[in-house]
Amino acid sequence: MNLSLATLLQFCILLPIFATLGIVALRRHQNLREAVSIGASVLVFYAVVTIYLGVDAGETITVHWLQVLPELSVSFSVEPLGVIFSLIASFLWFVTIIYSIGYMRGHNEDHQTRFFCCFAIAIGSVMGVAFADNLFTLFIFYEVLTLSTYPLVTHSGTEGAKKGGRTYLGILLGTSVAFFLFAILGTWVVAGRLDFTPGGVFPAEANTTLLGIILVLFIFGIGKAAIMPFHRWLPAAMVAPTPVSALLHAVAVVKAGVFTVMKVGVFIFGLDLLVVLPTTQFLLYLAGASVLLASFVAMRQDNLKARLAYSTVSQLGYITIGLLLATSSGVIASSMNIAMHAFGKITLFFCAGAILVAAHKSNISEMRGLGRQMPFTMVAFFIGSLSIIGLPPTGGTWSKWYLLMATLETEQLIIMAILMLSSLLNIAYLMPIPFHAFFSNIPAKNEHGEFAAKVQIKEAPMASLIAIGIAALGCLVLFIYPNPLHELASAILEPQQLTHGN
Amino acid sequence: MLAHLPILQVIVPLMAAPACLILRRPQLVWMFTLLASAIAFIISILLLQQVMQTGTISYELGGWSPPWGIEYRIDKLNAFIALIISGVSTVVLVAAQTSIEKEIPQEKHTLFYILYLLSLTGMLGIVTTGDAFNVFVFLEISSLSAYSLIALGRDRRALWASFQYLIMGTIGATFILIGIGLMYQMTGTLNMADLATRLPEVAETRTVTTAYVFFIVGVCLKLALFPLHLWLPNAYAHAPSIVTAFFAATSTKVAAYLLIRFTFSIFGVSFSFTTLPMEMVFLTLGLLGIFVASTVAIYQDNIKHVFAYSSVAQIGYMIVGFSMSTNAGLSAMLLHVFNHALMKGALFLALGAVMLRVGSTQLKDFQGLGRQMPLTMAAIVVGGLSLIGVPLTVGFVSKWYLVVAALEKGWWPVAGLVLLASLLAVVYVWRIVETAYFKAPLAPIAGKERVKEAPMAFLLPVWMLVSANVYFGLDTRLSVEVATAAAQSLFGVAP
Repeated sequence: MNLSLATLLQFCILLPIFATLGIVALRRHQNLREAVSIGASVLVFYAVVTIYLGVDAGETITVHWLQVLPELSVSFSVEPLGVIFSLIASFLWFVTIIYSIGYMRGHNEDHQTRFFCCFAIAIGSVMGVAFADNLFTLFIFYEVLTLSTYPLVTHSGTEGAKKGGRTYLGILLGTSVAFFLFAILGTWVVAGRLDFTPGGVFPAEANTTLLGIILVLFIFGIGKAAIMPFHRWLPAAMVAPTPVSALLHAVAVVKAGVFTVMKVGVFIFGLDLLVVLPTTQFLLYLAGASVLLASFVAMRQDNLKARLAYSTVSQLGYITIGLLLATSSGVIASSMNIAMHAFGKITLFFCAGAILVAAHKSNISEMRGLGRQMPFTMVAFFIGSLSIIGLPPTGGTWSKWYLLMATLETEQLIIMAILMLSSLLNIAYLMPIPFHAFFSNIPAKNEHGEFAAKVQIKEAPMASLIAIGIAALGCLVLFIYPNPLHELASAILEPQQLTHGN
Repeated sequence: MLAHLPILQVIVPLMAAPACLILRRPQLVWMFTLLASAIAFIISILLLQQVMQTGTISYELGGWSPPWGIEYRIDKLNAFIALIISGVSTVVLVAAQTSIEKEIPQEKHTLFYILYLLSLTGMLGIVTTGDAFNVFVFLEISSLSAYSLIALGRDRRALWASFQYLIMGTIGATFILIGIGLMYQMTGTLNMADLATRLPEVAETRTVTTAYVFFIVGVCLKLALFPLHLWLPNAYAHAPSIVTAFFAATSTKVAAYLLIRFTFSIFGVSFSFTTLPMEMVFLTLGLLGIFVASTVAIYQDNIKHVFAYSSVAQIGYMIVGFSMSTNAGLSAMLLHVFNHALMKGALFLALGAVMLRVGSTQLKDFQGLGRQMPLTMAAIVVGGLSLIGVPLTVGFVSKWYLVVAALEKGWWPVAGLVLLASLLAVVYVWRIVETAYFKAPLAPIAGKERVKEAPMAFLLPVWMLVSANVYFGLDTRLSVEVATAAAQSLFGVAP
């Protein structure tokens, strides 16, 4: 096959959306239906890899779709940050589908066709976000992503799901319309253009106070980046089935948020401008507060998914901090953390789902001694935790390393202290889970006073285990082999860095 | 033939109305009405094309040259509005026969179509004429037929709603007449173009100010601008569904047209916005209308009421655009006139389908409709998203232009408020979505069959309008181009 890169680019966005037709058509044949999803995810991943390998330093690939308003078009282009995001999203989509097959069937969920359809549309819009050439295009797909994930969050249709969905939609749609759109329009009026440009779009003589306000609107408006106080939607979204929480609320949706924040910071404002804006420092502290507070809240959660959700809120703060430090190592740290956190957190969520399916437990206090029943899952959980904390031998080490370097370079010592403290808190809320699972004794009698049966190994369905294995392995591989990622991350600011390891 | 298009625009539906009496058989009458409306639609397309290419068309009625004779004057503005009116009318009519069979007694069907055509005639007449008194005549034609159409609603509350509208509408029409009378007294002419040249000479007088104020208040009553909107919610809620869909999409647009025509082309921007403090008046009323009506909409239990109050709020958006008195603001307003017609046409027509199958539009009766009428509910969801202003729908395009216009004028707080207000729309749209998709259907009452999806005759026009919502949200060439050209011509800038 010899398709041009521009064709492949459109292919990435359209294929998941067209896959829904196949999924609906084959709704009566479970296996074929899932084959469509898997096929689509493999093809999309293949296309993204081809794009990654095909793009040489300094080359631009741009596709125009349609001119919606004069001077505003839906168009796409390839750029290293987008490549990182799309590589992760498409790879983990594939892994998650394998996982969901095990999970959804093991858990006897209803409406599986709707589930896989919305999933595919969500991934299509993630690709749209990743490759958007201007803020306008990005905003469109950002909203499509919100709307397409709403049915996934409310999947179970219960009162709790409805309530969670209301919070989810209310905050995401609310912030995006009231602040994000406002900021975009403000940018449009001040700068007269919305295309992502290295070094930013604002004219040099623009009023920095005004731009500072626009920056605040952006940071608050991109609700998917979950900066406090607009983080409530993420814990609320945990009512969704676990694969949704895993892919969308640890990878696709939240990463679309921080990805947008980075795009805005690097390509709308430009790092030089970020440094001089009067509100940057305030936002740094806000993100720092978000990191710390979310960690504290996470410690108090007994529901495993809720704890992971708050941990995500905290980790997203890291990425925003990396950008707001406005140095090249900060940007590298943030973009690497997008990948590292994705692998780490998806592993943890997969494990949470596996525990739910195999042992029917969702509270941490009930998981003592679970390591004997589900050794494989708990080992994976341990690896995922290490990566979130940032300890070797997992990928999370690198992003944390660069982030601390950036705080040192900019002499933001308070922020550095916050990051160190947060790492300790990470250890405090993640490590006890695998620790107790392996080293605590199972209470000899259960609550009815009966002696517990002899513990047997009972893991989640095979498909789910494979997915967990791949994700955990990913955390380890990224430690040993972070080079391509680092190279892409450096190329965001200096495109000539992109050499594909040569 | 082509030269006579301006008058044909009005005369075709006017002549078609009495002709219905000859046909008598409802099925035939319906097809004939549909045909007449479709012809009017084609004429307005041709007119718009002609105007966009060659500029303003002046047609002398009976060969009497203006200002003595009546002139029909088609420019970009009214060609655009006429297109909206005749287009929506035609699409809505496709579903009419199915809908009124259940809502209106058989013997009144012919009457219904006659009134419908007269109402259409009135609206098209107001829009196309270039004569101020002619405006009043057509206004009465359209209003009188509107009162009777609303009174055809199936329960007795329709009579009360119609009566309320009759009183308010008559007051409005009287005010308009007084305004026109005073203009005539000062200038001795009724021709709009002539008025425009003569009024500035006497603009300093108190009579002209009075004339303007009387006229504007009257028009705002017909427009249902907050706080003169009280007649609208009941009229929309109790009228037959088809009538609601038709009026919600068109009748307030006609009033919006009059407001623009008299303020910008006849009295002139400098008179309305510099001599008189209309900017502050309209901005305040517009914003208040948006917030109050949207909030009230959230607490309504009848979905027709929800969308009726939402219409009042949308009129607020148009008026905010209007109050800017800039080219961009006026373009935004015109764009929203077009887009709002598409949204509300689609939504109210879909409600008509619900009415047909469920027999009620109370929120509680929407339970489980997501399963039982998937296509109708999907249409309401898309229409609702458009109302909220989600990208890829027309609502987004309107909002974009309105906010950009506000920012360009330096009205940052207004821009913020406009965006904030769209969150209220999220609330009232989502109440419907949650009820329809998350609640189990009501237990079937014995002897009543299960709710089915609406018939094809209904789904087709509903989805035509819904797809228009998406299509014009993506391909904005027609709407944006015409709206900006019309706005530019009103500001005297050659496009």
